[in-house]
Amino acid sequence: MIDFLSTRREFLKGGGTMVVSFAIAARHAPVIAQTGAGAAKSVAADEVDSFLAIGTDGKVTVYSGKVDLGTGVRTALTQMAAEELDVALDRVTVIQGDTALTPDQGPTYGSLSIQNGGVQIRQAAATAKKHLVDIASQKLGATTDDLIVEDGVIKPKSGGKGVGYGELVGGKNFALKLDKDVKTKDPAAFKIVGRPVPRLDIPEKCTGRFTYMQDARVDGMVHGRVVRPPALGASLQSVDENSVKNILGLIKIVREGNFLGVVAETEWGAIKAAQNLLATWSKWEGLPEQKKLFEHVRATKINKDDVTSNIGDVQEALQQGTKTLKATYDFAIHTHGSIGPSCAIAEIKNGQLTCWTASQATHNLKKQLAAMVNIPVESVRCIYLEGSGCYGRNGHEDAAGDAALLARAVGRPVRVQWMRADEHGWDPKGPPTLIDLRGALDASNEVIAWESEFFIPEGAAGNVPLIAASLAGLPRETAYSPGNIIQNSAIPYAFPNIRTVCHRLAETPFRPSWIRTPGRMQNTYANEAFMDELAAAAGADPLDLRLKYLNDPRGMELLRRLAALSKWEKRPSPQKNAGTGNIAKGRGVSYVKYELNRTYVGAVAEAEVNRQTGEIRVPRFYVVHDCGQIINPDGLKNQIDGNVIQTVSRTLLEELTWDRSMVTSLDWASYPILTFPAVPEVVIELIDRPNEKPWGAGEPSAALIPSAISNAVFDAIGVRLRSVPFVPAKVKAAMQSI
Amino acid sequence: MATSVPLHVNGQSVTVNADDPDMPLLYALRDNLKLRGPRFGCGLGQCGSCTVHVDGEAVRSCITPLSSLKPAQKIVTLEGLGSAEKPHPVQKAFIDEQALQCGYCINGMIMQSAAYLAKNRNPSETDIRQALAKNLCRCGTHLRIVRAVKRAAGNI
Repeated sequence: MIDFLSTRREFLKGGGTMVVSFAIAARHAPVIAQTGAGAAKSVAADEVDSFLAIGTDGKVTVYSGKVDLGTGVRTALTQMAAEELDVALDRVTVIQGDTALTPDQGPTYGSLSIQNGGVQIRQAAATAKKHLVDIASQKLGATTDDLIVEDGVIKPKSGGKGVGYGELVGGKNFALKLDKDVKTKDPAAFKIVGRPVPRLDIPEKCTGRFTYMQDARVDGMVHGRVVRPPALGASLQSVDENSVKNILGLIKIVREGNFLGVVAETEWGAIKAAQNLLATWSKWEGLPEQKKLFEHVRATKINKDDVTSNIGDVQEALQQGTKTLKATYDFAIHTHGSIGPSCAIAEIKNGQLTCWTASQATHNLKKQLAAMVNIPVESVRCIYLEGSGCYGRNGHEDAAGDAALLARAVGRPVRVQWMRADEHGWDPKGPPTLIDLRGALDASNEVIAWESEFFIPEGAAGNVPLIAASLAGLPRETAYSPGNIIQNSAIPYAFPNIRTVCHRLAETPFRPSWIRTPGRMQNTYANEAFMDELAAAAGADPLDLRLKYLNDPRGMELLRRLAALSKWEKRPSPQKNAGTGNIAKGRGVSYVKYELNRTYVGAVAEAEVNRQTGEIRVPRFYVVHDCGQIINPDGLKNQIDGNVIQTVSRTLLEELTWDRSMVTSLDWASYPILTFPAVPEVVIELIDRPNEKPWGAGEPSAALIPSAISNAVFDAIGVRLRSVPFVPAKVKAAMQSI
Repeated sequence: MATSVPLHVNGQSVTVNADDPDMPLLYALRDNLKLRGPRFGCGLGQCGSCTVHVDGEAVRSCITPLSSLKPAQKIVTLEGLGSAEKPHPVQKAFIDEQALQCGYCINGMIMQSAAYLAKNRNPSETDIRQALAKNLCRCGTHLRIVRAVKRAAGNI
């Protein structure tokens, strides 16, 4: 496999020891902070000052390494900080993802922004508040127990003069270690957390005032566009500069190895130059044949096995079963499909690289850029600006890499926005997943064996190599980073004999990365559909069968509430009265305990299958969701809606297409997504547990959607759909095969 | 060859200098006039993020060459529709319904809906879904968008 697809070069870290400080942004930093000299702000993860600053006016700035990717996290983090500090919401501003200002709280992925990032901010705020109350107690001559805080003013409970946060620490550092064991506020006293606070960004977004990454402009900035190879592994042989000599304002054609781009004074000039530039590339046809994708996956070399659960003796139990079942599931390659193509601005000045980016991982991107352009990591600053939703690691980081190479070549700040075909063709992909399952029932229809094998690429959630570095042959990562895709391969059900193993493959056809609910979606799809197969074989109600083998009260309560919400009719599938005529109706259930250690979700899908055309319509989804303590119930419902609708799209419609050279689904016509007429109604019940930990919600409900639909289709027509997407041709073929 | 193109945008007559008379309107609005409402999504007229009104009709500015526009044609962008202080009923309804996630597509949703509601005062949910059938949202905020348009229909 070629270098670009499965990068094998050594990742060289940026050397050097030069330390460059950046100005601390004003307490209410401008949207685009400028670089310059000044004292370095703490970004260490164990310092209160890394997370919080209080101005002399008592206003609070929260520095968050987790960023709002359009999910409403900025509002939720504002709520958590305001609640813990006892200040009004409008006193709090959140600065996100600026490597010079915000701590590295890890990339914004994995449904961890509230669960990890928010909880750290809460701890920082609680540590700060305790300190403030302590010094106020000395100042006011009262014991801390006799003091209360009201909107940032600490005062005696008995009344009398108080002292404000601004007066106590305004403009100064806390110089305190973050106390992870600090006592945080009693949830019974919450006034802001748990409320449907309207999102802070929405008015500006609805009126054209919001600054997206794509809107950002920097003084002296020019426009770049990339010219990608016509085949993933093609080499650049020649460039005909005369082909664009009539483009006004063309500054430079930038060529570095197989990296090719153009820079022009105007955006349209850059677009035209990129479109018109004639380049000769070598032929390359190294991709597997699309229609044999899963044969290719099955034949790929296995580098190692991750056994994710192993209970009892599965082989023995499978042989003892009265009924044994086996099935193979597969899940197509998906693209992130951001509506706004990836965009970044980079500037290299006086040996310092500044990059404005919508990256979900600015601290990691900083290291990647430093290595690529050979600048000390201390001399790189990445500043987050919200972009189009990315749903994982899409092309934002790659656009940053492109901008950096172009900026280096022209010595001016360069803005790069990808064109639609760049986004659809070159964002990293959710890798194909192939799953074999076997199960056995005994004579009394007890499940006695469960065995599964997942064929998935090796790697975890590291840095995805930058395209620019790969094409230009510059230092970059060597390993795949498809995300933490082995999670939820093990199951939540207490069968006596279980073995689940992930075969980690040496290669996968396209540069992989995580797309919303990576692995957890594919694995849960196979598991929860196969669970339904076992229920059907046992003649059992599928929801009952799940309850029977769960020994987790919280999960069981959730499933019972789901049955009530969806008016679940207790009976085995398939149903006998699916309707006459062409349309058959059914319902299917699915359940997940996310990564087997956090958020619980159950879903019921209603499906209508056209027996003639094979078309599936999903009119309605019911979802019951327990992520522990809810920060903002309206934001949470918005996320669940999004998870359901986006995943109905992925399940029914989406599939990357390619020839032997390149992705061919390069626009919305060739990679269709769900549109308004087909969007299901989503009925949601939230279980709020204020005294529990707040868990993530950006992904878990998405895990259920493919299996719930597959199970509903089985209920309607008695046909099991084991290959995502469930396009009409596959549905018809499945109907004919029984 | 550089040309000056007279346009009428958000109630004002403006002149746009462009190197190419066939440059799509989107770039004149975003780059020359520094407007942020209309957004580049696909450049193919497939997604709707770039939607503006031209004489009250929803038009995809990414595939509308400047040369196809007449100086008297009234172009309105999201900024011209209303402001955070004085939002258009459709903008207000989107804010009230919290009808977006990342919001990149929302310019198109609002502009398409506003043009539709100007001519269709009492649409059903099915009508609204059809009216927005060619606008793409990836975050999955469709249900809130439909509710917002329905709410706005009662307030226009």
